[in-house]
Amino acid sequence: MNYQVDTRGYYGDFGGAFIPEILHPNIEELKAQYLDIMQSSDFRAEFDSLLKDYVGRPTPLYFAKRMSKKYQTNVYLKREDLNHTGAHKINNTIGQILLAKRLGKQKIIAETGAGQHGVATATVCALMDIECIVYMGKIDMARQRPNVERMRLLGAKVVPATSGSQTLKDATNEAMRHWINHPTDTHYIIGSVVGPHPYPDMVARFQSVISEEMKTQLLEKTGSENPDYVIACVGGGSNAMGAFYHYLDRPEVRLIAVEAAGKGVDTGESAATTQLGKPGVLHGSKTILMQTSDGQVVEPYSISAGLDYPGIGPAHAHLFASGRAEFMSVTDRDAMEAGRLLCRTEGIIPAIESSHALAVFEQRKFAPDEVVVLNLSGRGDKDLQTYIDYEFE
Amino acid sequence: MNNRLTNLFTHKKENLLAIYFTAGFPALDQTIEIAKATAEAGADIIEIGMPFSDPVADGETIQQSNQQALDNGMHLELLFSQLANLRKEVEVPVLLMGYLNPVMQFGLEKFCQKAAEVGVDGLILPDLPMQEYEETYRPVFEQHNLSNVFLMTPQTSEERIRKIDALTNGFIYVMSSASTTGKTGAISTEQEAYFERVAKMKLKNPRLIGFGISDNASFSKACQHANGAIIGSAFIKTLAQSQQLNKDIGTFIKTVKGETVLS
Repeated sequence: MNYQVDTRGYYGDFGGAFIPEILHPNIEELKAQYLDIMQSSDFRAEFDSLLKDYVGRPTPLYFAKRMSKKYQTNVYLKREDLNHTGAHKINNTIGQILLAKRLGKQKIIAETGAGQHGVATATVCALMDIECIVYMGKIDMARQRPNVERMRLLGAKVVPATSGSQTLKDATNEAMRHWINHPTDTHYIIGSVVGPHPYPDMVARFQSVISEEMKTQLLEKTGSENPDYVIACVGGGSNAMGAFYHYLDRPEVRLIAVEAAGKGVDTGESAATTQLGKPGVLHGSKTILMQTSDGQVVEPYSISAGLDYPGIGPAHAHLFASGRAEFMSVTDRDAMEAGRLLCRTEGIIPAIESSHALAVFEQRKFAPDEVVVLNLSGRGDKDLQTYIDYEFE
Repeated sequence: MNNRLTNLFTHKKENLLAIYFTAGFPALDQTIEIAKATAEAGADIIEIGMPFSDPVADGETIQQSNQQALDNGMHLELLFSQLANLRKEVEVPVLLMGYLNPVMQFGLEKFCQKAAEVGVDGLILPDLPMQEYEETYRPVFEQHNLSNVFLMTPQTSEERIRKIDALTNGFIYVMSSASTTGKTGAISTEQEAYFERVAKMKLKNPRLIGFGISDNASFSKACQHANGAIIGSAFIKTLAQSQQLNKDIGTFIKTVKGETVLS
């Protein structure tokens, strides 16, 4: 089974580039150039040096001793939360801004849900002195005020998406509309492994540094590059794809993707796409999509703004359909409990997105000799108010 | 391909007016009423929009009409039942226009069969990629005698325009500028140069200019460079504000065509 994108831009039955004609030249330009640019030595050198000196990579692979003891297995945390700006998102924005510069683009647009990708984009635009516009759902702007202020402080213009449900899906629509209206001078930095080909592959490659480092670090700590399991949360799926990437063709490494069940998969307030969705087309690719029986996209729900997206990246849809990855879902409540547990056992406050992955340890037993790597995709500073307001049992 | 649309182009080659409206807007059950009034007032082609929750290529006016239509309860099964008597009321060519996902969920085969059954002549699916069309959609469209319309833009290369021309069997939808729907303002000399560049290519398909056509001035200008033009957002705005649908549709279309309006 092949898990990489094929020459038609597909992962199995999923992917493609379902875009209005106006974006065709942009997508063609990217498709023709992204691999050459990413593989050129000057790009590699600049990318690697920024990841090291600016982002702070490699991020530690930390053996979580008390967690391991509690769950009677070997838990390693890949500390993406220690990256500059607080999550894995910046791996991608650094890559794409360097690419945009080489494509001669003068302006950057991005969409953001919780604001993490928006902040990561505003950050690299400040670094490179490029004009930056971030679209954000009007409701999300109210929910994530501090991130709106951070983006503004970094010099970005934050534009409220007032259409539809006024959340991430609509912010993505607005960013695409902006791109349609400004196709020649603007690059759209998509924040996850979603969108038309080649975006899912491009973002996956930028995030693949996560599993590249994991291999080296595991070899050093355990004597083998391979863990038994890699666990990561999935909204669009960029941190999971980065953590899975170098293990996709090693079937002995089992992959667990964790979706947000919200208030419960069957409550109507959920974001568990693979449980609730079916194949469809949104934002330029064919993937698994939460939708009504007549094909209207459904607004998902999760306590975590980073996971409430109605689709998943097409590569994940393929991992699901082929059975290569196991998809689990975790409710708001279980995620919040798992997040608090990590605070108190390891002294790490995780992003609520990452807390969903942590909750797997309550659902699933791992053997005492097994090695489980969990991608701790972000830190919980942005979620402080949610943790404070939450009524724990 | 031989249907009302292709027949139209054999006997009328200029000043063609195509009108777009969203099914289910402003009220749920006005689809036939609007189509009939539009045709009677002098539109040559009717494009009925199939509403979608996420219309990324559309500006605010059509977005809102889509949302309201969905809120009103519009869906494809209902639309086809509303169109059951279409051909008793309307003679001009009718196309369905919309995004791919609702069509996929309805089922391509069933969708095309229903469309042909009620007397639809063609389809415009702006997010249907050429590759998918060639591999999967084309044989089904053709089996049901449905014309396919592709869009082109100021950024489309000559090579790709040729390919679009080869794969189109109705008309080519010439987007007037790089924009979402609903932009207004006069047509610039730069746009005219682009229309002329395309006109000189001697394409086999007729060309209709759309996006940013809203009144008599822009319609007339577009008709100087192509076989006709398409109006969507400006017509939707008229519908949204209308107190007397028949009269207002008549006035709008006659005004666009530069005919005298009797008050």
